[in-house]
Amino acid sequence: MIVLSSDSMPIMKELDMVVFRNRLKEFAVKIGMSLVNQTKLITAASELSRNMLRYAGGGNVLIEIVNAQRQNGLRLTFSDTGPGIPDIDKAMKDGFSTGKSLGLGLPGAKRLVSDFDIKSTVGKGTTITIIKWKNG
Amino acid sequence: MDKIPILKIGHFLMVAIQVDLYDRLALSLESDLVQAVSKTGAKGVLIDISSVSIVDSFMGRILGNIAGMSKVLDAETVIVGMQPAVAITLVELGLPLKGVQTALNVEKGMELLQKKIQFTEEEEIDDDSTLQ
Amino acid sequence: MKLDTAKLLQKRKKQILELWMKNQLVDFSLREDLMSNEELTVQSEELVNILLQSLNNGNLEDVQSASFEPLYEVLETISRSRAKMGYSPRETGTFVFSLKDALLNVLQQEFKNDPVLLLEESLKVSKLIDSLGIVTFETFIKGREEVILRQTDEIAEISTPVIRVWDGIVALPIIGTLDSSRTQVVMENLLQEIVATSSSIAILDISGVPAVDSLVAQHLIKTVSATRLMGAECIISGIRPEIAQTVVHLGIDLSGIVTKATLASALRYAFSLLQLEVRKLNLKTNQL
Ligand SMILES: Nc1ncnc2c1ncn2[C@@H]1O[C@H](COP(=O)(O)OP(=O)(O)OP(=O)(O)O)[C@@H](O)[C@H]1O
Ligand SMILES: [Mg+2]
Repeated sequence: MIVLSSDSMPIMKELDMVVFRNRLKEFAVKIGMSLVNQTKLITAASELSRNMLRYAGGGNVLIEIVNAQRQNGLRLTFSDTGPGIPDIDKAMKDGFSTGKSLGLGLPGAKRLVSDFDIKSTVGKGTTITIIKWKNG
Repeated sequence: MDKIPILKIGHFLMVAIQVDLYDRLALSLESDLVQAVSKTGAKGVLIDISSVSIVDSFMGRILGNIAGMSKVLDAETVIVGMQPAVAITLVELGLPLKGVQTALNVEKGMELLQKKIQFTEEEEIDDDSTLQ
Repeated sequence: MKLDTAKLLQKRKKQILELWMKNQLVDFSLREDLMSNEELTVQSEELVNILLQSLNNGNLEDVQSASFEPLYEVLETISRSRAKMGYSPRETGTFVFSLKDALLNVLQQEFKNDPVLLLEESLKVSKLIDSLGIVTFETFIKGREEVILRQTDEIAEISTPVIRVWDGIVALPIIGTLDSSRTQVVMENLLQEIVATSSSIAILDISGVPAVDSLVAQHLIKTVSATRLMGAECIISGIRPEIAQTVVHLGIDLSGIVTKATLASALRYAFSLLQLEVRKLNLKTNQL
């Protein structure tokens, strides 16, 4: 996979999410992503950045335009140094929430993107990487 | 802080969401609307989301909350104008907003509210057993 | 003593190119009609240059090495332009493979006193050129695949027409299997048309869908849910008896969905929702 360009920004407060979503939209438009795919990607990104704020007190997100097999796409890496997730399998299930919420964020985000990877260490933090291909 | 204006039209309250909703703004809309329903005794609430390009689980939950809370206050809620891309995304996310009424546009939403209210009024007159 | 084959080949660049050109010019399949000998020389020189530049002794054995990336790129460009010019894949393949003879020739001269080393190094060089040959064919096939993919998209687009059957009613007949990418196209087209015509009822006719398994049912349910979120009702029609049987046997829950056997009965139901009525004209009263 080749990285064509990238940008990174901190997500430390709620308004950062708005800035991030707008920036992401610019990237998606730049590579000519279809409107439905843009919407899916931004919604997934919204879920993951909110999790980062709510459960890890904030973190950082890296936006990259990537190319593989002649296809362009966007890769987002959300990394925080929060408490980590003790049981990833459980957290990825629909309806699991420690925040008295719907528990849709993680599994829903996974369904909305082409590729989803989560790594978490208790006490160290969580890193989630997603990819959405232009037509995927 | 921004605020989303709530309009009163006859028996109904109407809100058109025109800005990108961040969480606190959505939460304040929820409480403002529910208060307005209680204060005005409105019979219906219409929320126009045709300018909203992203509805994530948080925003979806707020919409569900507004409908649920208004229902307790005896008002029907209709969400109108959802964009196709948003509808497709919500379904994939796993949030089909069950229990929330929808309509294609403001006009059809108004019609639906009107019908609902007539219906419940008739029901209350004709059939007391529905009052549990 | 360890001889550096890469350095050695680099030193003999001029000779390699000459040998290769000679091989190509005597070959009966030379296409002078497509490319002049001068152009061919330029192209060959470009490839030899980049090949020798990318070579170092460490990577000769590792055809996957990232240092060959630029070489593969040049080769892809050459292969693609040749395909466009009308060269057959065989001719382009021969172009690449004839370079092997030139390289092996040079190695033979250099290592003629050490047959073991000659064999070793020849095998490595041979493997590298084979891999270049494969890239050439892959590029050619990929070009074809791109065309096929584009056509598949076009077919998907064409095969999901949305029809306005009545004021406020749209119908979409689905023909063929319903996989997840097709479902996306169906949903997008249907929802867009609902907005464009401000229709409150959509009929999804599946008489042309060969089988409904739980996955297809999932896709149907998603489409219905999305339609409802927009504020329209979605009816599924064209349920054949076999489909009804499999649905029940597989325990698929379609209870939240309005299903009708035929498009006609779906339409009748749609009319009743819109409080419309279709009646036969009373001819006698008309004649009055
Ligand atoms: N970045 C994170 N750091 C620590 N824990 C996390 C993080 N992200 C998610 N979690 C944990 O995983 C659980 C599931 O997350 P998910 O987003 O699926 O649901 P939720 O946030 O609880 O609810 P919803 O997103 O539907 O409002 C969370 O309740 C939380 O315990
Ligand atoms: Mg969440």
